[in-house]
Amino acid sequence: MSTATIDVPHAARVEGDLITAIENLTLSFGGLTVLYDVSLNQRRGEILAVIGPNGAGKTSFFNCLTGVYKPQEGSIVFHSRSGRTSPIVGSKKHPLLVRALEPGGIVPGWWMGWRAVNTKPHRVNHLGIARTFQTTRLFNALTAFENVKVGVEARQHTGPIGAMLRLPRTRREEREGDARAIELLDFVGLRERGNELASSLPFGDRRRLEIARALGTQPELLLLDEPAAGTNPAEKLDLAQLIQRVSGTGVSVLLIEHDMGLVMSLAERIIVLNFGRVIAAGTPAQVQRDPAVVEAYLGASHKPVAGGEEGQ
Amino acid sequence: MTLSGAAASTLPGAQAPPQGPVTGQPRLSWLRRLMGSEDARRLLSCVLGLLVLAVMTGPEGSASAPLSGFTGSLFHLRALVFIGLGFVLWAVITLRRRFGERARQASDWVSSAPRRLVTNRQARYGIYLALLAFAVVYPMVLSQFWQNVLVDQIGIYVLLALGLNVVVGYAGLLDLGYIAFYALGAYSAAYWTGALAVHPPITLNPFWAIPLAILAAMLAGVVLGAPTLRLRGDYLAIVTLGFGEIIQIVATNLQGVTGGASGPASVIPHFSVHVLGVHYRWGLADLPYYYLLLGFVVIVLVVFHSLENSRVGRAWTAIREDEIAAESAGINVLKYKVLAFSIGASTSGFAGMLWASQVGYIDSTLFTVQLSILVLVLVIFGGMGSLPGAVVGAAVLQWFPWFLRVHPLFGFQQQDLFIYLGALLIVMMIFRPEGLLPSRRRKREIGLAEHGIGTADAMSEPGGEP
Ligand SMILES: Nc1ncnc2c1ncn2[C@@H]1O[C@H](COP(=O)(O)OP(=O)(O)OP(=O)(O)O)[C@@H](O)[C@H]1O
Ligand SMILES: [Mg+2]
Repeated sequence: MSTATIDVPHAARVEGDLITAIENLTLSFGGLTVLYDVSLNQRRGEILAVIGPNGAGKTSFFNCLTGVYKPQEGSIVFHSRSGRTSPIVGSKKHPLLVRALEPGGIVPGWWMGWRAVNTKPHRVNHLGIARTFQTTRLFNALTAFENVKVGVEARQHTGPIGAMLRLPRTRREEREGDARAIELLDFVGLRERGNELASSLPFGDRRRLEIARALGTQPELLLLDEPAAGTNPAEKLDLAQLIQRVSGTGVSVLLIEHDMGLVMSLAERIIVLNFGRVIAAGTPAQVQRDPAVVEAYLGASHKPVAGGEEGQ
Repeated sequence: MTLSGAAASTLPGAQAPPQGPVTGQPRLSWLRRLMGSEDARRLLSCVLGLLVLAVMTGPEGSASAPLSGFTGSLFHLRALVFIGLGFVLWAVITLRRRFGERARQASDWVSSAPRRLVTNRQARYGIYLALLAFAVVYPMVLSQFWQNVLVDQIGIYVLLALGLNVVVGYAGLLDLGYIAFYALGAYSAAYWTGALAVHPPITLNPFWAIPLAILAAMLAGVVLGAPTLRLRGDYLAIVTLGFGEIIQIVATNLQGVTGGASGPASVIPHFSVHVLGVHYRWGLADLPYYYLLLGFVVIVLVVFHSLENSRVGRAWTAIREDEIAAESAGINVLKYKVLAFSIGASTSGFAGMLWASQVGYIDSTLFTVQLSILVLVLVIFGGMGSLPGAVVGAAVLQWFPWFLRVHPLFGFQQQDLFIYLGALLIVMMIFRPEGLLPSRRRKREIGLAEHGIGTADAMSEPGGEP
């Protein structure tokens, strides 16, 4: 499939204590195949980077992983710290035949009880995967503090009855949530700006607030979609440190980034996507030397049209 | 004031003096100079707009005197009132244009004054208590007529507006069949108190019928909401609109059960308590019913206030702001939408139940789509997502037609109600789109939307890539 000199499948599929195992993922929109037979694993605690030219399918890959897009083929399995294995995409045994009748529910072996699995985004979050967006998506009419608190509250249990009657548990959770949200604002360095509206924050702070909100949901795996896009060099440095600190708390990080300096300094392993295919994988040093990568990047920037589009 | 707008756009042509020798017609050149002033043109369109409103709401013409509709409205004292209102509107517009930014700041300063002045908790509770005391004492000095308005027109609608506020204001869902749940509550009350032709297993006192009516409306809300809330935005409005119609038509056609358009044969009993030797019956007098309603409204206010400032309320705000971000932050969007929808439905059912037991008589012609629209107008007018807004909006707008009615100069006719409300709402949307007493969050959303950040409208799909 690929022209890489290093063995791509081997480097993308590592051994060890895995957090995600992604096999043969294929996603298409009508006739346009956006991801083609993508397989890769991530080790627990690892900082893994996904790079590739514009339109390579990186964001689409994230969207598959978080349940926003439904890939046509392949499987994604998440292994939580507690030892539970949950399919996000793929199939599993489910006794209800009704599940087979859902759109795309028929999978090979359906008569033996195998049903398609397409986990909803909020369920994916509950499993332990949180994400940020390429174009930040904050709750603009809420303050920074409230934004983080919405994330923190994803792990709480107060229901409508408890909320209406302000039961003791509700009050306790409210206090805990406040403390946790302040802690997280502190962690990303936004403690002083907690009472400001999310929409009034400068760009770099918005990025970090989004990370704080994601961390509030207590993820085991954090997906960052181009966190450094549009930030200045000083902010980039802060961000690299922040990602390092997040990783230090035991959270695995999957990072999409165009800034090569950042990727090379942070990532333990890099996966390179081009036109929806994994064309290279390995350590930063390996990937940098890979002729397929050089060709994908140089080839893209040699063409004047593609180069012009890259600037958008 | 689309009317005045239309008038303004046609004015230059209509009022332009003939293009002939102007020198010989000094009067017309005077007119032209006057009309050259923007202020004068605006004044003319305001007054004309209000005169159109006067004609629209004035007496009707008849076959023998086809023009009496016009002459009756224009050559009458009533026209002067409307011309006066036209001047008021013009003054407001002009002042706003002259001192736009400062006027806005001033109005914000005034509306945020309570929040700034009353910072500590004691003072706030003190003010709530004072308002409550006023609500308790003031109706005692009102006439029989206004007491009746207070119960039938204001109390019930405050409750309805509070419920719809959860759906529209908190969760951002457009529910156009809200009155269907009101009907369900009313018919549940009739059923469980034994007023319908089909009898319940046990006949209950209206108080015991309350939870059952609420449950029926809530179940209907879940059953209707769960499948439709998966769809985006406008579908819900259409489905709920249809549901409202279905409920009304079923109530009309199910003659044998509901009594159809003529209502059940027997009267729905009034509330009564028989506890520990205390026997009390709510009879035909309005004041006791008012206090009952006031008690329920206060409870609903307290409960919804806690809800708004809780995990649930914040989740609703998050969904309203950005559904995709909310989902990826672990919020089960469908669950929270169904929750808001069914809380609204049960409040509506509760109101229907209270009302049925108070008036003692219901029929299917009462539960029209117009009523759903009316409650929506109350919520929008008061300020979406704001509890004081829902209360004050409902109280003011429901009081307003009765005020017009008792002042013969306006010549108010019931069938013109929606013309007045429509005109009022248009003016409102121009000058204060966030409503009378907006919630802080909603106000921010509208402010941000005006600057092009995000949408204040939760119905539309959030922009950007998913
Ligand atoms: N919902 C969709 N419908 C149709 N096509 C889509 C959709 N989402 C993504 N695509 C297409 O998939 C391809 C990959 O897009 P994607 O956003 O994943 O690229 P990317 O690698 O994140 O690029 P960038 O670096 O610009 O963010 C593009 O050609 C895009 O047009
Ligand atoms: Mg992208």
